[in-house]
Amino acid sequence: MRFFEDIEIGQRRELGSFTFTADGIKKFAAQFDPQRFHLDEEEGRKSLFGGLAASGWHVGSVCMKLLVADGQRQAQEALARGEKIAIWGPSPGFRELRWIKPVLAGDTISFASEVESKRASEKRPEWGILQARNTGTNQRGELVFSLLATAFVPRRRGNP
Amino acid sequence: MTLTFEDFPPGHFGTFGPRRVTREEILAFAAEFDPQPMHLDEEAAKRTMLKGLSASGWHLCSIMMRMMCDGYIGRTASLGSPGVNEVRWLAPLRPGDDITLDVEVTEARVSRSRPETGIVTFRSVVRNAAGQALCEMISPIIVARRAGVAAE
Repeated sequence: MRFFEDIEIGQRRELGSFTFTADGIKKFAAQFDPQRFHLDEEEGRKSLFGGLAASGWHVGSVCMKLLVADGQRQAQEALARGEKIAIWGPSPGFRELRWIKPVLAGDTISFASEVESKRASEKRPEWGILQARNTGTNQRGELVFSLLATAFVPRRRGNP
Repeated sequence: MTLTFEDFPPGHFGTFGPRRVTREEILAFAAEFDPQPMHLDEEAAKRTMLKGLSASGWHLCSIMMRMMCDGYIGRTASLGSPGVNEVRWLAPLRPGDDITLDVEVTEARVSRSRPETGIVTFRSVVRNAAGQALCEMISPIIVARRAGVAAE
C-alpha cells in the first residue's frame, strides 16, 4: 500500500473483477440478508430486480475483498523494490453508497477505486484521511455500484 | 400481517437483539471478505489503531442487515433499497459482544415515480452490551403502500 504522501487526487486503480454465482448469492443472503429476491430465482424474476439478485451488502463486501487484495499486491511490489510498506488503518465509514443496478446471478463486476480527496488528520499527526470513490461495473459496461469511502492512511513522517 | 408504508411513521420504530457475535464468525467473514490483520490476527491486531481483534465493518453492516431482516424487513412489503446515505463505524465490534439494534424512522414519503410505493429512511444504531455505539447507518428502503391507496 502507499503512504499518504504518495497518493494523488484522481489516482485510479483497477481492482479486478468478481463473478457472482447463484450459489454464492444465496449463501451470503441466507446468512445476512434472507429476502426472497436474494434467495430464489423465481422470486427474483417477480421482483423489481428481474432475476436472482445479490444482496447489496454482498456487493459491498466483495468490493472490500478486492480492495484488500489490491493492497496486498501493492505491498508485495513495494517489498520487492526494497521499500517500506504502508499499513493502512481502519475506516471511519462511508457515504453515498448507491446500488444503481441489480447484480444478478452470472454477472461479472469489475471494481475500481479513484482518489477524491486527502487531508491530514487533526487528532492523529501520523495519519492522513483519504476519500476514494469505489465503483463496480458489470460485463455490459453499466455502473452498478458506487460509494465514497474514507480511510486512515499512514504518513511517512512519524512512521520511520 | 405484512407491514406496509403506512406502518412506518417517523419516530422510534423498535429495538432488536441482543445478538452475540462470536470470534469464529468474525474470523470467517474476515478470511473471505476483509483479510486485514486487524480482523484476522489477534497479535497483529493489538498493534493497530483498533488495539485488538475486531470485526470487519462490512461484517457489522451485514449483521445489522440480518437483524433488520429478522426484526421487521422479513415481514415488510420491501422492494429493496437504492443505497445507503451514510455509515459511521464508531467503535470496534469485539469477539463475544452482544449487540442491540435501535431503529428510528427519520423520513417516510410517497414515491413520485411509483406512487404505489413509498421511501422510508431509517437511522439505525448498533450498540454493545455496555451501551457504546459501534455503528450508525442512515439508509432508505422502498416499501409498498397498502393495497388500493395508490388509486385514491
